[in-house]
Parts: sequence; structure tokens; C-alpha cells
Amino acid sequence: GMPQHSKMYCHPNDILPLTLTSATQELFGCRCDEDVTGDNPYKILRKEDIVQDMRMRAAVSDFSPMKQLVLDYPEDELLLVYDRDFIYGSSFYLVLTADAKERHLKPVVALGVEVALEREPSEVFAAQKTSEPQPWISLGSEQEIEEESVTDSRPRYRISRVRREFGSPIFFSDRNAMETKDGFIECTPYQDKNFSLKQMERHTGVQTIPNLKSSSTQTQWTYPRSMCTQYEPREFSEEKKENCLQSEKLKNFVNSVASRFEMAIQQNEIMDVFFDDWKALSEEDSGYGRKADPHLKEYQSFTDLHFSKEKTISNINWHPTINGVIAVAVTERLSFEDRINGSTKLLLNPSLILFWSFSDPINPQLLLECPDDVFSFEFCPSDPNIIVGGCMNGQVVLWDISTHVEQLQGTRTNKRENETPVVRYCAVSGIENGHKAPITDIQWLPGTFEVSRMGVPMENKNGICVQIVTCAPDCCVMFWDIRAPRVLQTMADQRKQKVEEKPLENPHGVPNTFKHLDLTWKPLIRVQHISYCQTQLQRVLSTTFCPQDGELVYTDWKLEKDNDSGRLFSAKPSHRFIIHDGQVNTVRRSPFFKDIILTVGGWTFAIWKEGVTNGPIIQSSCSQKKCTVGYWSQSRPAVLFIGKEDGNIDVWDLLEKTHEPSQTQNITATQITCIKPWIVSSKQHLLAVSDHLGTLHILEIPWTLRSPSSNEKLSMSKYFEKEVDRLVYFEKRREMRAKEKKDYEAEELRKKMVRYSI
Amino acid sequence: MSAEVEETLKRIQTHKGVIGTIVVNAEGNTTLITSTKVDYAGLLHQLTMKARSTVRDLDPQNDLTFLRIRSKKHEIMVAPDKEYLLIVIQNPSE
Repeated sequence: GMPQHSKMYCHPNDILPLTLTSATQELFGCRCDEDVTGDNPYKILRKEDIVQDMRMRAAVSDFSPMKQLVLDYPEDELLLVYDRDFIYGSSFYLVLTADAKERHLKPVVALGVEVALEREPSEVFAAQKTSEPQPWISLGSEQEIEEESVTDSRPRYRISRVRREFGSPIFFSDRNAMETKDGFIECTPYQDKNFSLKQMERHTGVQTIPNLKSSSTQTQWTYPRSMCTQYEPREFSEEKKENCLQSEKLKNFVNSVASRFEMAIQQNEIMDVFFDDWKALSEEDSGYGRKADPHLKEYQSFTDLHFSKEKTISNINWHPTINGVIAVAVTERLSFEDRINGSTKLLLNPSLILFWSFSDPINPQLLLECPDDVFSFEFCPSDPNIIVGGCMNGQVVLWDISTHVEQLQGTRTNKRENETPVVRYCAVSGIENGHKAPITDIQWLPGTFEVSRMGVPMENKNGICVQIVTCAPDCCVMFWDIRAPRVLQTMADQRKQKVEEKPLENPHGVPNTFKHLDLTWKPLIRVQHISYCQTQLQRVLSTTFCPQDGELVYTDWKLEKDNDSGRLFSAKPSHRFIIHDGQVNTVRRSPFFKDIILTVGGWTFAIWKEGVTNGPIIQSSCSQKKCTVGYWSQSRPAVLFIGKEDGNIDVWDLLEKTHEPSQTQNITATQITCIKPWIVSSKQHLLAVSDHLGTLHILEIPWTLRSPSSNEKLSMSKYFEKEVDRLVYFEKRREMRAKEKKDYEAEELRKKMVRYSI
Repeated sequence: MSAEVEETLKRIQTHKGVIGTIVVNAEGNTTLITSTKVDYAGLLHQLTMKARSTVRDLDPQNDLTFLRIRSKKHEIMVAPDKEYLLIVIQNPSE
């Protein structure tokens, strides 16, 4: 073929066009159009042969220009391709890389790729996968990186020194920079005209605002002044009055209207024009109709097997604010001797006050822990979360249940079953300061009232109850104040600070409400009496006590000063009565009449009027069984309930009969220990009755016993007056009789003397 | 005071339960009082005027002849006139 420059024709890098002489062709078996044809242009040459040929013929060999390429070829066999059409400018070209070789040999396969794929898909993929790394071609991007990268390009300076000066001491000296010229170089600032730019355009924002003006004004302060206005009706002067009264006109007027008045007045005298007959009619009518069921109905009963087993209930109290909650004090049913004998067992069994709720008849809602059996306890009238109790050992105990109020109200959502919370008392009086005998009654003084150290009643400005009265058979009545003692003010402050300093020790989770009283509580006043005192103090200005042997003592507890010794002592009781033939257990004022008192003891009960000192105005006959407790009805002035030894309740209606109870009903098998009525609503009146076995019965008072008859109060007061009159009359008669007797005796004596003198 | 007037008023006063009587003139000045309830005069005068105007509003040809106020404790009776007002206070029997 015609030799042509291979450079004129573009050829891929992996092939090299070359011309082979016929000698070479014959040698390698690739004669044009004989061994290799257009259809079959490929000829595999062995590398060894080419190398041999090159060695043998050196420069003459056709392969010598590509000697290095051949030697570099990795495989043993090279591919020579017959370029029949002189595509690359020569008759032959040598394939330089194995990849290209493969490509040349295999394109035939690629055309029939579908067929080939079925047979040898891996080969095709394998062919495609193998791509050899190519040398990186620089396109100029590395210049940017080189620019950015930091390299050590600073020119280095070399400083040399004479060897003998190595390590020699250095001496520094000062030199004034101004001395020598060029001692320093300075750049003074100057105004460069190039940089004086005038800003021709500027972006600014503009906002409109309303005109703001500050001004002030002040009201003229007028101080308040006390002023009052008083008016009186205008009256004519005397003269004018006289004129008027004389005038004809008045005469006529009065004459004309007088008759109207008379009619009206007379009408009023005859009957009450405005009386509602209809309403009154219905009341009496229903009384007759419903007489079928006057009995107390059992509403609910509470007993706890765990806590009130072998115990009795000594006192009941309804919770003053929470509906449906009632508290009972549970005490041991033992006599004094048994108590002493079993004292160790008693210590293990703490005394409790149980709180029952109507919603749960099986489990008590709250337990109050007491240091000893409590015979009497009361809710504070001004704060029902505070409860005071009097114990058997003479201590006075205070509880604060404010943390458990929600549970009692039933509003607590996470109610834990089987776990009744126990509240420990938060303050207790010192044993040496308290009574020496069981406290039988304890009462709060009303919130408007307090008693000073002298026993003088004073007004309590706070309105909250702060004082308590207790009594016990040790002949003492004590007044207690629940506030911190005022006398030791500084000490109390110090003590308080101390408590705040150290972390509050509260092992039982007890509220600190009365911490100032705990164990140091002393009574405010101590009133000593000659005889025993037991139960039940009532109210203001005086107290009535019922000593053990049936006596009723009435006295005033103001302390008097003995002029000789200067000591304070209490006055002697003003009156003593022996009426009941047994221990008096109840003294109660009537809720309707402030001066009527009921006493219950032995086999009778008696009603007294304060101020009437002759004796009781009413006394019942002796009943078969002992009367254990009594209480006035809360809604009917004439009704009272008496509890008996045999578990009966006698309902007395004094307007109906006074010689026997109106009805008797058996509630329980044992002695009734306490009765407390409570008004839940106008439709529901309940009576809480506790018995000796520790069961609390709640009874519903029927309509006949709770709704007063018309003018019941008035009738009762009239009845009491009548009785008082009776007493007075009897007293008078007695006096008269005594006087008569005396006169008669005197007369007899005189007669005798006359006889003898004759 | 003329004897007749005196007698009539006395008759009224001696009825059972009557606490007092007051004679008031048309402008509200008290003319005669026989009890300590002086304050009744001014107040009742105004009330009577109001009651009278109410009655006349309802029926212009009608007029107030007698006013009775019953309270818990007592009854007040007022008789108005063109020129005078007579007030009687009584405690009813119940």
C-alpha cells in the first residue's frame, strides 16, 4: 500500500497504524487478501514472535518503531487488524491495549447481543465492568486549589554571626530615633483628594407618626371629711299647729276618715286578715294522714370489725360542713381494774376516732390517733379542720385534718383501697398540766368570745374560736387557749427560729399547726371546785356541772381575788341541787330557748330554767331502765330523745304527754351511749345513735317528729311559764304553811300559858 | 284642739293594739303626733302620694281612699285627704 502519514488520520490512542512489508506479512501469516480479508481482518500475533522478529531484523523490522509498545503490552498475543479501506492511513493497525483488543474481537458478538446475552451474559457485563483507570487530565482546576492552599513561600533570610560571638552577653542601649536621619519612618495622614467622595444618592426610610405631645393633669385632692346629715320631719311651729288643730277643715277631715280606721282596727282585732288559711289547713291535715309511721327508720349503720371490735363508742359528732361524714370516738369497754390489768395490751392498741362517710359503710374514711381513750371531742366551729379531744388520762389533744379534707369530701380521685389514712395528733397538753382524771367534756368557746386570765369574758375580735373549756372529775374546770402564749413572746420567737433552722422533723406527717402547743400546753385558767365535776359545760357566762353523785351545781367561773392572800380563787357555786338518783350524764341547753336546760341522770330527766332556783320546772317520772343519754330535738321545741340502758330510745313530746314518752323504739340490744341529731336538709333529719357494742346507727327522723306543729315554740314557752308559776306557787304555799304552822304553834303555846297561869 | 277632734282621735287611740297616730298636712309637715314614731310622717307621706298617683293613673276617675301596710310587726293605716293625712299604727292581735 501507499505509505501515508499516520498523523494525518485521527486514530484512537489504543491502536497504532502500521505498514507491513510483504515479507513480514508472509512471516506472520497475514498476507493481504489472503490470510486476512475484509471480512476477517483480525490476526492474532504472538508477542514472542514480534520480539523475535525485531531482534532478528532490528531496524529493518516493521515493528521497530513500536518496539517499546510491544514490549509493554501485557498479554502474550497482540491483535493485528487488516485495515483494508485505509481508515487509519495504513494497511494494518496494531491494537495496543487488551481492552481494545477485546472490543475489536467482540463487536461481532455485540451485534447479536440478545442471543449472546442469553448464553453468556456475564461475559458482556464483565466486559463492560472492566474499565481501567485513565491518567488524570488537567483541565486547570488544580490552579485554583493551589492558589488557595497555604504554602511556605516566604523568602528566607539568612543571618550569620562570627563564631566567637556565640553565646556572648548582649548589651542593649538606647538610641534616639530623632538623632539620625532616617532613624524612623513615619506615614503622616493627609487628606487625599482622591477619596473625598460626595454621596449623591442615599437610601433613607421615612415614617409618619402622629404628633406626640406630653401633657399632665392632676385631680385636686380633697381629703375626706367626716360629715353627717340628719333630718327631721318638718313640723309646724307651735302656733301654727294650734291653728291647724282648731281649723274646721281638720275637724271635717277627721270625722270623715275616722270610721274607716275604726273598721280596719276592729277587723285586726277580730282576726288576722292576712292569715293564710290554706297553708295552715294543709299542715294539720297531713298530720292526721301520716300518723301511720312515726317511727325512726334505720337509715344506715356503721361498724368496723377491725377498729371497733370489743370497743364502745363514747362520743359522736357530725362534721359541721361536710355532708354525710360523722366521727365517733372509740374507747375500750373495760372497767378500771381491767384497764390496769390489761394496760400493756392497751398500749399496743391505739385509741382512735373514726370518721365514717355515708358513701362507704364498711371502711372508715379517716382515723385520728389519740394518746389515750377519748371520751369527748369537738370540731372547731370556726374551722372544721381542727378537732380537739379530751383523753382518759387528762390530756387535751388537737388534730388538724386539713390535708385529708378532700378525701372526706369524696373528691379524691385516686382512692387507695384497704388503706385508711391515719392522722396523728399535732399537739397534746403536757400530762402534768392537764387534768388528773378523764376529761368528760370539752367545748369550744364561741368565736366571738374569749376569756382573759382573770376569768373575765372579753370580746374576741378575730371571730375564730381560740379557747376551749374542759372538765373532769378531779374537781377542775380548765380553760385552754390554742394560741401561742403571749407572755413569753421573745422566747416563743426564739423557739420558732430554732425550729425553722433545723429541718422540720415530721416523721408522722403531722401538720405543724399547733407546734407551739405541743407538750407545753398549759391551761389558761384553772377553776377549782369542792365537789366532783363531770360532763358537759354549756356556754357563756356560767357553767353547770353535774357531779358524780347526782348533784347539779350551778356557778359562775369568774375568778375572785382573795383580799388577804392575794391569790386568785374561784367563787363558791351558787346553787346545788340533788335531783337525779344516779350519775348525771347529760346537761344540754335547748336550741330554742336559751335558758332551758335538760339534765338526764339515773332513772329520770329534768328540765330547768335558768334563774329559777327552786328546782327543776319539769321532772319526769322514773322509768324502768336507766336513762343513759338525752338530747333535744333540733327542729321541734317540745321534743327530746332519751337513750336507755336497754337500747331503747324514748321520744318525749312534752306538748302531747308528760307522764310517759310519746313513743319508744328499740334500736339496739345494748346500752345507748350517745345520741346526736343532725339536720341534713328540710326533708331529711338524721339521728346518730351509738351503742355500747361500738355500732353507730343512723336513723331517719320521720316527719311527725321533725316538723313542728303550729306555734309549738309559743306553746312550749307558755308551758314552761306555767310550770315556773307552779313552782313559785308551791314555794309560796310552803312558806305560807310554814308561817301558819308557826302561828298555830305560837297560838297553842299562848293557850297553854293562859291555862297554866290560871 | 277642738273637743270633737280630740274625742275622735282618742277613740281611735284607745283601740287595742294601737301604738300611735299622726296627723300630717298636705305638704308633709307634721301637725300632731301621739307616739314617738316621728319618722313615719315624711316617709308615709311620700308613699301615699305615690300610691294615689298610681291609682289615678290606672283610672283617672278613681282615687285612693285608704292604704294599709302590713308588716311583720305591725300594721300601718293611712287615710289621705286633700289637705291632711291621718296615720295610725297598730299591733295586730297575733
